Amino acid sequence: MGSALINMENLFALELHDIDKTFASNRQIFSRLSFSLRHGEYVAITGESGIGKSTLLNLIAGLDVPNEGDVLINGTLLPKNDNAATLLRRKHFGFIFQAFHILPHLTVLQNVALPLLLNQFPIDRAQSMLIAVGLNGREQDFPHQLSGGELQRVAIARALVHKPKLILADEPTGNLDPDTAREILYLLRAEIKNSGAAAIIVTHSQFAAQTADRILQLTATGLFPVSQS
Amino acid sequence: MKHNLLSQWLLQGQWHRHRLQISMVIIAIALGIALGFSIQLINSAAIHEFSSAVKSLSGQSDLQVRAIQSTFYEMLYPKLAQREGVESASPVLEIQVAVPGQSDDTRNGMLKILGIDVFRAMTMTPDIVGVPAEGRGFDTLAIDAIFLSPAAMEWLKVRQDDSLILRLGTKTVTLRVAGGLVRSNPGQRLAVMDIGAAQWHFDHIGLLSRIDLKLKQHVNLEQFKASLEKELSSQYLVAETIDQEKRINNMSRAYRINLNVLALVALFTGIFLVFATQFLATLQRRPQLALLRVLGMTKKQILLQILKESSLLGLLGAILGVVLGYGFAISALYFLGGDLGAGFFPDIQPKIQFDPWLTLIFLMLGISVTLMGSAIPAWEAANAHPAQALKSGNEVLSMARLNKPWAATVCIILALIFTQLPPVAELPLFGYFAVALLLIGGIGWMPALAKLFFSLLLRFVNRYPRNVLTLLVLARLSNASHQAAIALGGVLASFSLMVAMAIMVASFRLSIEHWLDHILPADIYVRTELRQDVIGFTRSEQNALASASGIERIDFIYSQQISLDSLRPSVTLFARPIDKNDPGSILPLTDDFLSTEVLANSNAIPIWVSEAMVDLYDFQVGKQITLPLGKVLHEYIVAGVWRDYGRQFGAIQMRLSDYQAVSGEFHINEAAIWLTDGVSTQQMMNTLSALPFGEALVFWQPNEIRSLSLKIFDRSFAVTYLLEIIAVLVGLLGVAASFSAQVLTRIKEFGILRHMGLTRNQIIHMLTLEGGFLTSFGITIGFILGSSISLILIFIVNPQSFHWTMQLHMPWIWLALMIISLLFSAALTAYIVGKSAVARQAIQSVKEDW
Repeated sequence: MGSALINMENLFALELHDIDKTFASNRQIFSRLSFSLRHGEYVAITGESGIGKSTLLNLIAGLDVPNEGDVLINGTLLPKNDNAATLLRRKHFGFIFQAFHILPHLTVLQNVALPLLLNQFPIDRAQSMLIAVGLNGREQDFPHQLSGGELQRVAIARALVHKPKLILADEPTGNLDPDTAREILYLLRAEIKNSGAAAIIVTHSQFAAQTADRILQLTATGLFPVSQS
Repeated sequence: MKHNLLSQWLLQGQWHRHRLQISMVIIAIALGIALGFSIQLINSAAIHEFSSAVKSLSGQSDLQVRAIQSTFYEMLYPKLAQREGVESASPVLEIQVAVPGQSDDTRNGMLKILGIDVFRAMTMTPDIVGVPAEGRGFDTLAIDAIFLSPAAMEWLKVRQDDSLILRLGTKTVTLRVAGGLVRSNPGQRLAVMDIGAAQWHFDHIGLLSRIDLKLKQHVNLEQFKASLEKELSSQYLVAETIDQEKRINNMSRAYRINLNVLALVALFTGIFLVFATQFLATLQRRPQLALLRVLGMTKKQILLQILKESSLLGLLGAILGVVLGYGFAISALYFLGGDLGAGFFPDIQPKIQFDPWLTLIFLMLGISVTLMGSAIPAWEAANAHPAQALKSGNEVLSMARLNKPWAATVCIILALIFTQLPPVAELPLFGYFAVALLLIGGIGWMPALAKLFFSLLLRFVNRYPRNVLTLLVLARLSNASHQAAIALGGVLASFSLMVAMAIMVASFRLSIEHWLDHILPADIYVRTELRQDVIGFTRSEQNALASASGIERIDFIYSQQISLDSLRPSVTLFARPIDKNDPGSILPLTDDFLSTEVLANSNAIPIWVSEAMVDLYDFQVGKQITLPLGKVLHEYIVAGVWRDYGRQFGAIQMRLSDYQAVSGEFHINEAAIWLTDGVSTQQMMNTLSALPFGEALVFWQPNEIRSLSLKIFDRSFAVTYLLEIIAVLVGLLGVAASFSAQVLTRIKEFGILRHMGLTRNQIIHMLTLEGGFLTSFGITIGFILGSSISLILIFIVNPQSFHWTMQLHMPWIWLALMIISLLFSAALTAYIVGKSAVARQAIQSVKEDW
């Protein structure tokens, strides 16, 4: 039961076995979907709108549960108990969203420090993380004082600050112009690789997908590898 | 530690962003707490002071023996003094006398004199022994000496050795102020003199009012009391000293509880305000809370965070409320007195004292109120699906959880059942619960009703589309009716209660006016200076009054206080000419009375009782009872029930001829005079004033009694009006708080509308229109709810609390004024909030992340 039984000491591996997912409206999203992710691997998942990319991320994060099939981390089932899933997510996962989701009434530094506080870690690392993403000197700014690119830098810093094992990024550049998007993607890859975390990036952007180690396309029948040019 | 820091950051951010709403919630809680707390402080101070005054009059006694009527013959005294088990006995004669020139228009123009046996009183009731001047120790026994408490001296503007003129009946007595008392409570107007002197001066030879008994140490009080009760005839009551306190408590209990309930109304309205504000604030934070869930905060942590924020709000509001409460209590005591104008505790000067337990209870109450208001929003936010809640526009889901008309229906059904239940401990507890449940049920139905109403209105407007703003407003109100209902919760609660109170007070006032018309049929009333003067007019004085020229009819009335239960306040007994075949001509009878045939066949003496007698003493119509009036017990039959708004503790009317026959007493203390044609009231007053005892007469015309009664009525409701106004202010604060909270959740919507070409003024116009529509709907529902609640107040709470019924009267003008001012205030609030909402740039609004 719970994250305590999942050994996360060293390596990290994610496996999805024969996942079925049907919504309450009887719309089937996945049928016998399987997928695996190795330690430190950076995978991009592409696909049409509504095909279930975000749902896949939710299932991996324990924010949603499959109707059938198993989600395994390091060979252990992802806990179905909400508290245990939350504790696992808190410590080992990092999230980046298209809409940034930076808390508006907290300063930039406070936003980045959130995962540290939740994990009861010292919060000094928030400052160095901000420097790493190029926001040195903006610590006391509030989100409304930042541009879209800067907000996504804050989100990247927040996702990585507590040294998670897995980063889940949902359209991280969807709200950014191409130049800023490129800049953010390079930063994201660099920081993920520096941290040694594995990452799944869900995107429509071919360019974004190209920054990954491996690209998979999600279709109605499953996940299929896409050759990288 | 780390979690505390995070919690603190979240709290600071939230409060910084919602300064306005937070302040309003704090003010609302503070007002509710301040009202309840101040009323409680005043009541406990007044009761404490009054009890302490009574205790000083009872002294060391274990038991007091009184008669059902105000006095009894002193032959009983030696019997009791020599009775086995009695250590000492002290006789007391209590007389109320008038002080000429000191009578005001209410009730305080009389002085209470205690005639005591100073040697007995020194051990039994040492506080009330007179303190003579140095070298004049025998003044305590002197025939012309009277001792006054400091408050009495101050009131009468006399000092030691001054003369004091007093009057009982038509007799004037001049006494010498011989000194003060050993101890008396502040504000207590009291005089003490030798018992023999008092009996002689005030025509009470051989009479006593009570005998205080101190029992020997080994004597069992209960057993002694029981055997004494058995031994004495039913003309006597044996009471423990502690019974006096219960009696005082009973006297003002219903009034106090009603005031407390009104104060709770303000607090109750505050709960809706907290709920509305917290719900909308939580709704706005929904994606943020969902993010925190995604980042690893557990449901419990989210729940605790919101509840922590709420309880801190409650604590701040409660602290402010307690401070304000002390201020309110001190001011109210200064301006209105210890009974808040109701007249239960004359002649005392209570002082507000710090009460740590009461303060703690009200602090906890403030926190509980906010926790109750926040519980549902917090639970909803903690249990929201994080992935869904992260997406904007998902609020509808959380709102849908509120849509539970079945729960509201259960509340309404329960309310209806509760209206049929009897009082608990003589209090209308189920009536109050019914009011609360009806309110909750009504508010619970709001979302469904709002949806229905605004959808129908939208369908109608869609047929003739002219104004896009109206369409936008109605579309929002019909599709987001939950938000509308939440915004209205506070104002609906306070408005419906205000409507209910307005209808109740107007009905009560009109009923009193009709009642006064009925009970004051004569042209002029005459009495001695003191109300219910035990001596009143002698037979020769009555003859002199009746023979005055210009009188078409004269009715003599004798009224006195009698005690039927040592735990209850006294009952008033009226003896007057009543036509047995047509009692309704003089008494305001209810529909409950015996037919003349039944009455003619009964040998018992007919009495007509007030509604309170039926509730408190079970004097049902047709019931035969014995009343210890006079020396011999007689059978009486309850011949009818009459309305009495003057005495909530009960009153009995009987024919004067019957009273005189059973008691052998021929004194009367009031006369109602009908004038012959052509004689004016002034002429009659001149004629009667010219009689030898004319100086002692006091004249009342019906219109004077009427206006005085209504003045007393209005004064006793002054606090009620104040509480009502505060409840409505809290309700309006609720509108402002929930409107501004709603507007904050819609900043993005306004930005989009601005992008689409709506001007700022159009958006403000739209919001004002929305406020107007919403409030109009709320007013309609509030009016229906309020009218229903008024029925509960009129037909259940009042009869169960005060034991009187009244007729329903709708104060249409007052209600229209209330509606217009509320509508105007709500629209103005919406306008002001809207103006500040559109002040920000459209681009920034659309960019708003959350």
